[in-house]
Amino acid sequence: MGREMMFGEAIAVAITEEMQRDSSVVFYGQNMAMTDRDPYVRKFGKDRVRITPISETAEMGIAVGAAMTGLRPIVELYMSEFMLVAFDEVINEAPRMRYMSGGQVKVPLVFKAGFGFAAGWAAQHSNSILNTMMGIPGLKLVVPSTSADAKGMMKSAIRDDNPVVYLHHYMLTLDKSEVPDGDYLVPLGVADVKRAGTDVTIVATAWMVKKSLAAAEMLAKEGISAEVVDPRTLAPLDVDTIVQSVRKTGRLVLVDQAPRQSSAAAVIAGEVAEHGFRYLKAPVKMVTAMDTSVPYSAPMESYVLPSEERIVSAVKSVLAAQAAAV
Amino acid sequence: MQSKEALGKERLIWMFTQMSRIREFEERVKRTFVEHPGVIRGHAHLGDGAEASIVGSLTARQENDLVMPSYRCHGYPIVLGTDARRLMAEIYTRKDGICKGFGGSMHLADPAHHFVGTSGIIGQGIAHAAGAALTAQVKKTGQVVFSFFGDGSSKQGAFHETLNLAAVWKLPVVFVLENNFYQAYTHIRLEDANFMAGDPLSQKAKAYSIPGVTVDGTDPLAVYEAVGQAAERARAGQGPSLIESRFYRFTPHGNAITVPPVPTQFQEHEAIEVYGNKAEFEAARANDPIPKFRKALIARGAISAADADRIEAAARAEMDEVVKFALASPLPAPEDAVNYVWA
Repeated sequence: MGREMMFGEAIAVAITEEMQRDSSVVFYGQNMAMTDRDPYVRKFGKDRVRITPISETAEMGIAVGAAMTGLRPIVELYMSEFMLVAFDEVINEAPRMRYMSGGQVKVPLVFKAGFGFAAGWAAQHSNSILNTMMGIPGLKLVVPSTSADAKGMMKSAIRDDNPVVYLHHYMLTLDKSEVPDGDYLVPLGVADVKRAGTDVTIVATAWMVKKSLAAAEMLAKEGISAEVVDPRTLAPLDVDTIVQSVRKTGRLVLVDQAPRQSSAAAVIAGEVAEHGFRYLKAPVKMVTAMDTSVPYSAPMESYVLPSEERIVSAVKSVLAAQAAAV
Repeated sequence: MQSKEALGKERLIWMFTQMSRIREFEERVKRTFVEHPGVIRGHAHLGDGAEASIVGSLTARQENDLVMPSYRCHGYPIVLGTDARRLMAEIYTRKDGICKGFGGSMHLADPAHHFVGTSGIIGQGIAHAAGAALTAQVKKTGQVVFSFFGDGSSKQGAFHETLNLAAVWKLPVVFVLENNFYQAYTHIRLEDANFMAGDPLSQKAKAYSIPGVTVDGTDPLAVYEAVGQAAERARAGQGPSLIESRFYRFTPHGNAITVPPVPTQFQEHEAIEVYGNKAEFEAARANDPIPKFRKALIARGAISAADADRIEAAARAEMDEVVKFALASPLPAPEDAVNYVWA
């Protein structure tokens, strides 16, 4: 049993449930908890729910120190790019402390931010900087695409003893889908097949899952069966599920909102090249943003970002490549 | 808290003992580069000259208070009760090191002795210390966090952002700015606006409307009093303070940065090596906090010259053993490297 829930609401429910469950969870960020009417403040009080100045280094650095000493902080950063102001804390502090101490400390925290805001936010607020946070040993990177995953993975992120960057795609915020009732957890590091298929594997995350599912629907009408795999966690990456899908379909299209060489797709393509080459009947194809910044004006913005049509065309091209090879 | 005049003989002797132990430890680290080249890798930063400031500050600690210094971090755990042999073994890259060879000189940690850990990136530990203070505040543990960092850190965004937010949240933290007059190799007169204007660095506290005090960091009792008052204020829920503790470090910023196989060791202090100012260095040397405190304790009748000699000899003997232990400890197994990535 479950109920329909908006993506954004599912995240809020997860945070609320975990704060109820564990008094060591604290939640803070800019422009939140400004009045006593704030729902989190009403439930949990101003000690555990706090407003901060615009000080990302202090916000995230304090979370690192708090996590090392027994709290489980969630930092609301709003936009993933704001982490760049203080990226040292994300890349070179939070994930290093346990290792450098020889396992004496742990750093259980969540850096929560939205990303990929393709709604006229232009070059500095619409990015997909996921690739830069993959492959940082000790750092988990969570990118849900459905309300159920949004809830279940936020709950797992809060309970995880490692630092977790939790990125939610802005364009999914209002999407409704079913969320199972109760203490619903989705394990981190496990990919999910969002649509089963036999002709081609499409790997995508977040908003690109939605676009890929729409493309799969269009392809189905033409008799092409696409399997859509959502890694859900980009670090650690569930390479095995992706390779198993490629083993079944023999073809791979990777869809990513970032420019080619800063995409998660590029990393995944490399893993498949090493671990799944023998299953491939055609070269892999990446559908990514163009090598531009994200422009402001709508026609230019949609031009540079992956579209359902480009995904459909990429799928057809890998199918054609196979035919040519035969 | 007890006034500095009221500190008992036993406590004063403890202070002198800890100062002597830090000095002897740091002397061993420095000598290792000459006597056992290659045994220490990377970069080591010493606290000789800082002993009065470190020990004076930590004398103001209560049982469970936490300590989070910068990467110039050898002295604090020595005082907090960490096994000095395991500290040296860590600096020597060994398996018995306090961090099992994963951290080294810049990244010592011993949370079991209230030494939470350090960051090797300048200034970031200030924010981490405030985070530990947030834990103390939310969990109502009554702890105060002692944050130590250099004058160079006080130009980092982390310093300014953290002082503001710690003041806003009234976090139980004492910020001890250890002004040794050199930001790595650069003299403070070239990079600090307050210093250039003839103002103390504690002036920076005014920007965040918190108390700011400058003390003579070569006098452990003066440091004890200033830090102790700040700790009392923090424990009473009144928020953070900034203490500028002024002293001189007797070695350069770190061992010379060389590329293997070129051996590295400590050169002359920057005052001489870079700026040709031998007079400045000699004057600081003449104001060495350890003989100064020894003299003060003898004058106060807290200790005899013979007892002071015995304490210093014991510190030397202890640190000789520390070096022997660290040299005898095995290197970690290569495959140990995959441990502790994930909790």
